[in-house]
Amino acid sequence: MIIRATDRVLVMGITGKQGTFWTERMQAYGTRIVAGTHPTKAGGLHCGVPVFATARDAMKGAGFDVAVLFIPPLMVKEAALDAIEAGARGLVVLTEHIPVQDVMHFVAAAKERGARILGPNTAGAVTPGECFAGFMPAFNERVFRKGSIGVISRSGSLGVLFCLNVVQAGYGISAFVGIGGDPIIGTTTREALADLDAFPGTEAVVMVGEIGGSMEEEAAVYARTMVKPVVAFIAGGAAPAGRKMGHAGAIVMGNKGSHASKCSALEAAEVTVLDTPSDVGAALKARLGR
Amino acid sequence: MNFEEHAAKPLLAARGIAVPRGGLARTPDEAAEVAEAIGAVVVKAQVPAGKRGKAGGIKLAATAEQARSHARAIIGMEIAGHKVEKVLIEEHVPIERELYAAVLNDPSSKGPLVMFSTAGGMDIEEVAATAPGKLRRQPVDIRRGFSRADAGTLIRGLALGAAEAKVADALTRLYEAYAAFDAELLEINPLVITRDGRVVALDCKFVMDDCAIVRQPDLARAGTPEKLTGLEATARAAGLKYIDLEGNVGVLANGAGLTMTTMDMVRHHGGRPANFLEIGGEAYTQAKPALELLLSKPGVRSLVINFCGAFARTDVMTQGVIEAIEALKPALPIFFSVHGTGDEEAVKLLKERLGVTPLATMDDACRAAVAAAK
Repeated sequence: MIIRATDRVLVMGITGKQGTFWTERMQAYGTRIVAGTHPTKAGGLHCGVPVFATARDAMKGAGFDVAVLFIPPLMVKEAALDAIEAGARGLVVLTEHIPVQDVMHFVAAAKERGARILGPNTAGAVTPGECFAGFMPAFNERVFRKGSIGVISRSGSLGVLFCLNVVQAGYGISAFVGIGGDPIIGTTTREALADLDAFPGTEAVVMVGEIGGSMEEEAAVYARTMVKPVVAFIAGGAAPAGRKMGHAGAIVMGNKGSHASKCSALEAAEVTVLDTPSDVGAALKARLGR
Repeated sequence: MNFEEHAAKPLLAARGIAVPRGGLARTPDEAAEVAEAIGAVVVKAQVPAGKRGKAGGIKLAATAEQARSHARAIIGMEIAGHKVEKVLIEEHVPIERELYAAVLNDPSSKGPLVMFSTAGGMDIEEVAATAPGKLRRQPVDIRRGFSRADAGTLIRGLALGAAEAKVADALTRLYEAYAAFDAELLEINPLVITRDGRVVALDCKFVMDDCAIVRQPDLARAGTPEKLTGLEATARAAGLKYIDLEGNVGVLANGAGLTMTTMDMVRHHGGRPANFLEIGGEAYTQAKPALELLLSKPGVRSLVINFCGAFARTDVMTQGVIEAIEALKPALPIFFSVHGTGDEEAVKLLKERLGVTPLATMDDACRAAVAAAK
């Protein structure tokens, strides 16, 4: 899912501290925030937009395309189902620590209704020069200068580091897609890769993965079919097996999810695999020829 | 959260899946006492790890005396890093056929996956690798669940004979237990058909979703707490994500991905990371306690502090770090890399309060810290 300037955005949980802080930043950057929700504060204005009790009310009252959720873990399932039933085209689920069975529930509902989900446990999405959704430093020109490199990341902070390095190397970012660090997420690495493959103005993709699961291996199968070059980095090579490394999804069990397995699958698909994030500029130069 | 076999089996029984009669013993005498009431038994080491049989942690005992001596041998053993403190004493069930059944969270189909095999009693990853045809898989729409008819379809044509209906029933109940107990993995290996035609769960592995513990606290009390070092336990209590490692270069960063990458870069530049410590997400205000914790770890020779702000504001994290440094005045060298949300303010703070300029890249910071630790 790539967020565009034309997308009308609903902020669920807009009145909270983080909801307010990031809504103001999204508005300042150009995100078209049209409404917010709070279950008991409907009727007023917050950050200059009307507040509704539910996403369904917001759809009737204001209309929206994408919902961004600033909602506590145990309440996300209900809020996400509300947004999906309201007819959202996309959801950005920022929350970490949502019970996995809740995630599977709203991901299944979204699939049935044709809605796309980014996250859970994502820092969001940025389309430089247009808008952003979530909590990313889109407004920082050293990190998010507009350009032609698409970036996919499971981690927000590491995604920021890569965008910074891409921009320092003289390139810019066409779109940043934060897919989230949970074991089960709405948009997989492979699906994000397909989105950026189809996104006009994207000449190459930087894929930032990490140990755990098999998403990078599955993305490698798609990368093999792409004309656009792909450069990848997999975090967690120095991590011990059997421990969750901060992200619930980042755990190596047996051989499954290992750094070596991911790197070899990507290399076999002619993806350039980086030893360090600082090499991303040189790798793009080698692949793009300029 | 992992559950040992003796804690997981009652959950199956509560959902109507048959398990062997038995009881838990912490001493050889208790083992003999339980065996006395049953007859021929199996003595099973209770640790949250697999491959207990290969490690010598599972033994047959025909008499109570044998059960006592097996228990004496097994209690105190170390299996996969866990010291055995108790054994499960269960009736010895006469086996006709060994099956495999499991329900788990499947990232590929983004939903639950029911797995079944007639190659039970073996390591299922080995079955998947060597005889994938013997492993049946059924992705489930969690909103609809897994019905008796779905179970019937999954096991059709496997010549389970008279036991087929009972196996289908057990599979349906296994799925119900998975859903009710917020499992991320619920596995019975082996699920056996006994010589007298019963279907019994001889073993059970249950891993509960850590994120669901807050809504099922009573259930979680039966689980095995993760084995933590002293510092790990202190960090956990303070709400910090910390893992002890063997090296001498301390690592503090924000966000799981960035923290792992910082460890990777320490290794890449020839050093050994001393730990994983991240203060991403809501924990980004915890820089001061986090750094204090890290500074208390023995053997750390230098530190890398690597911040890349998105949600986490680098100025807030840097402020916390400065407070910890001013309070503790550490003697060891500290190398900074600071970028992203709030970085201009953060760099200014470091200059004004500590007289320090961050290095240009995280590679530079890691390289410098590795050199300083040597």
